[in-house]
Amino acid sequence: MTHVLDPHALTAETPPRREPPTPFADVTRSESAFRAFLHGLPGVDQVGAQSRVAVLGTRSIKTTSKAWAIDTAISMVDLTTLEGADTPGKVRSLAAKARRPDPTDPGCPPVAAVCVYGDLAGIAKEALAGTGINVAAVATAFPSGRASRAVKLADVRDAVANGADEIDMVIDRGAFLSGRYLDVFDEIVAVKEACGEAHLKVILETGELVTLDAVRRASWLAMLAGGDFIKTSTGKISPAATLPVCLVMMEAVRDFRAATGRQVGVKPAGGIRTTKDAVKHLVLVNETAGPDWLTPDWFRIGASSLLNDLLLQRQKLRTGHYSGPDHVSVD
Amino acid sequence: MTITPPSPAQPSSQVFEYAPAPESRSIVDIAPSYGLFVDGEFVDGSGEAMKTVNPATEEVLSEVAVGTEADVDRAVRAARRAFTRVWGPMRPADRGKYLFRIARLLQERAREFAVLESLDNGKPIRESRDVDVPLAAAHFFYHAGWADKLEHAGLGPAPRPLGVAGQVIPWNFPLLMLAWKVAPALATGNTVVLKPAETTPLTALLFAEVCRQADLPPGVVNIVTGAGDTGRAVVEHDDVDKVAFTGSTEVGRSIARAVAGTRKKLTLELGGKAANIVFDDAPIDQAVEGIVQGIFFNQGHVCCAGSRLLVQENVHDEVIASLQRRIGTLRVGDPLDKNTDLGAINSAEQLARVRELSDIGEAEGATRWQPDCQLPDRGFWFPPTVFTGVSPAHRIARDEVFGPVLSVLTFRTPDEAVAKANNSTYGLSAGIWSEKGSRILAIADRLRAGVVWANTFNQFDPTSPFGGYKQSGYGREGGRHGLAAYLSTGDEQ
Repeated sequence: MTHVLDPHALTAETPPRREPPTPFADVTRSESAFRAFLHGLPGVDQVGAQSRVAVLGTRSIKTTSKAWAIDTAISMVDLTTLEGADTPGKVRSLAAKARRPDPTDPGCPPVAAVCVYGDLAGIAKEALAGTGINVAAVATAFPSGRASRAVKLADVRDAVANGADEIDMVIDRGAFLSGRYLDVFDEIVAVKEACGEAHLKVILETGELVTLDAVRRASWLAMLAGGDFIKTSTGKISPAATLPVCLVMMEAVRDFRAATGRQVGVKPAGGIRTTKDAVKHLVLVNETAGPDWLTPDWFRIGASSLLNDLLLQRQKLRTGHYSGPDHVSVD
Repeated sequence: MTITPPSPAQPSSQVFEYAPAPESRSIVDIAPSYGLFVDGEFVDGSGEAMKTVNPATEEVLSEVAVGTEADVDRAVRAARRAFTRVWGPMRPADRGKYLFRIARLLQERAREFAVLESLDNGKPIRESRDVDVPLAAAHFFYHAGWADKLEHAGLGPAPRPLGVAGQVIPWNFPLLMLAWKVAPALATGNTVVLKPAETTPLTALLFAEVCRQADLPPGVVNIVTGAGDTGRAVVEHDDVDKVAFTGSTEVGRSIARAVAGTRKKLTLELGGKAANIVFDDAPIDQAVEGIVQGIFFNQGHVCCAGSRLLVQENVHDEVIASLQRRIGTLRVGDPLDKNTDLGAINSAEQLARVRELSDIGEAEGATRWQPDCQLPDRGFWFPPTVFTGVSPAHRIARDEVFGPVLSVLTFRTPDEAVAKANNSTYGLSAGIWSEKGSRILAIADRLRAGVVWANTFNQFDPTSPFGGYKQSGYGREGGRHGLAAYLSTGDEQ
């Protein structure tokens, strides 16, 4: 165990565990109680979930509703760059695109946030000053989450200090898959605390959880621990966001609000590349959790290439003809 | 002909409102009048023509001939001729080729069939497009494959066709029920005289056109439109060797009486009052989807509809709350709109029956719940309806409503679930929802129903036999078992 970053770690008293909201306050009283709660959630039938999203996928969204969906989707994009090769220049160029995605049309809404690694959060913050566009930073040893808690918390504090408005953390999938649910819970609680004012998105990395039962349990775990958003993926693992996974997560936030009164947002990330995909997700949100989630405050789409396709479709609706990839900016 | 589309049924306060997305009806050409299809030709009927209407608007779509006894006689003679001279003696592999050709034509003209079906029947285009028409084609493909392999069907070394099949089908799945009847009959070497339902004859008449397009020899398929009298003439004709009927138990009984004591072979696919059993360990969200699919698919005009929900008492409130929320998202309205989930009730007569039984349900003490949904002004409409607090003694728990009306009952133990599920004069289908495989198998074993679905509902496939217990009828359709109904194995003599 590495404690070098936190000199008080060995001597500090363990604080009492933060209680989940009523009526679930006691479910974290012990490892076995928490396990019993999570495993007592209703199961998810994979075939049924797939056929439900297949039917929703046949919704025909045309004309005015398509225009609304495209603009809404643009305003929900967390425009993302998470590469080892990221530079301040790249981040500034992304920020410029975030403010005005379509330079030919001032009516085009800005995106919700720009998502970067923590060390570049300051650059993004500066580039987006006064725009109302948030800076989201990935933290907690993104994308694998394989570091000690002290390192992860330092990572979070650093990103927040650099100006991040939102922190996208990853859960410890190793702990989750081996059944150490309270470890995962405590870590989210600690990260939330380290976030201070910043909003916390909890990445479940559903591509590593694999089953929809596990996705439902992880969603509840993250919500009980105080996550403001639950997010599907890092984008580094395939499959990333899929419709059945998003369906289960939307059901989870819907049921959680019904039980506790607290609303949690959802962010599918990775793999949503076309306008059609984005519209399917909006239909899913609309018909699963309902219109309360159809704003950037409660639903985000983590993407990079998606934005250009949304812009092309938007131009098509506006002008009546398709342009081409040179009519939108490269990232 | 000018057409007024049905008014939209959705409240306009939605954040994400789906703009109308109507499928174009220009793809289908509806003639002002239709004759009977006899011996490969369209001929006039001797009866007084009847009108067929679009149940979503009450607009008259076309006039259709009514076949009399004399017309039916002509059709049966044509069928007999075709059987003895052409279709019977034909090489089985060649019969298969015709069936493959019909199947492909159904696929090629799928949109036309889907639009016409939705216009004449009132069902949502999403269902006619994604379920009815593809399944109808699948039945022809499946049976085309059997045509030259009948001696390997386990029905004896040399099964032989029966001759002329008289077939009477219902209005809930007009084309699909036609396919369920015609495909196995032709594959086994029989010829047919088919009587489509009075309110939904149009896709059968379009199918007649497909038979001509496929160069099917004249007389192999004859389609005689009309109402009850025409159907009776088909069933009672002396030269019919086999009678197949799908429809109400009441009519089925009279057919059984008419056929009793004759040489005719009979299969009946009648009503149902299926139990959809939800255990407390069910995948609740998918179970709710399955309940919705079970009762609101095709406006509940489904003989195997999951019209009795049996839910374990300890999850009752949770399931009902979830169900009501889900029903609130159903889109009721224009059947041709691609986003419509629930279309029109097929006829004024059926609407009256659904209303009457629902009123009785309320009068007997059950609690009626309907979502806040605005129905179009014209046409035949009934909102999705859930009755809670239903007792097994209530009529809405016993009678087939054949509409979008769900009766909710509860149970405490698996034994009670089985007892209540089997407590019906019908036995067509049932559903079980549980994450526990051993429970599903144990319960399915004890249910007296022809089809038991586990963690799903209303799934159909041509390879799977379908049919009922008790007053839901006898004989099976589809699969290897379905072939037996159209073959003589030598045991009969």
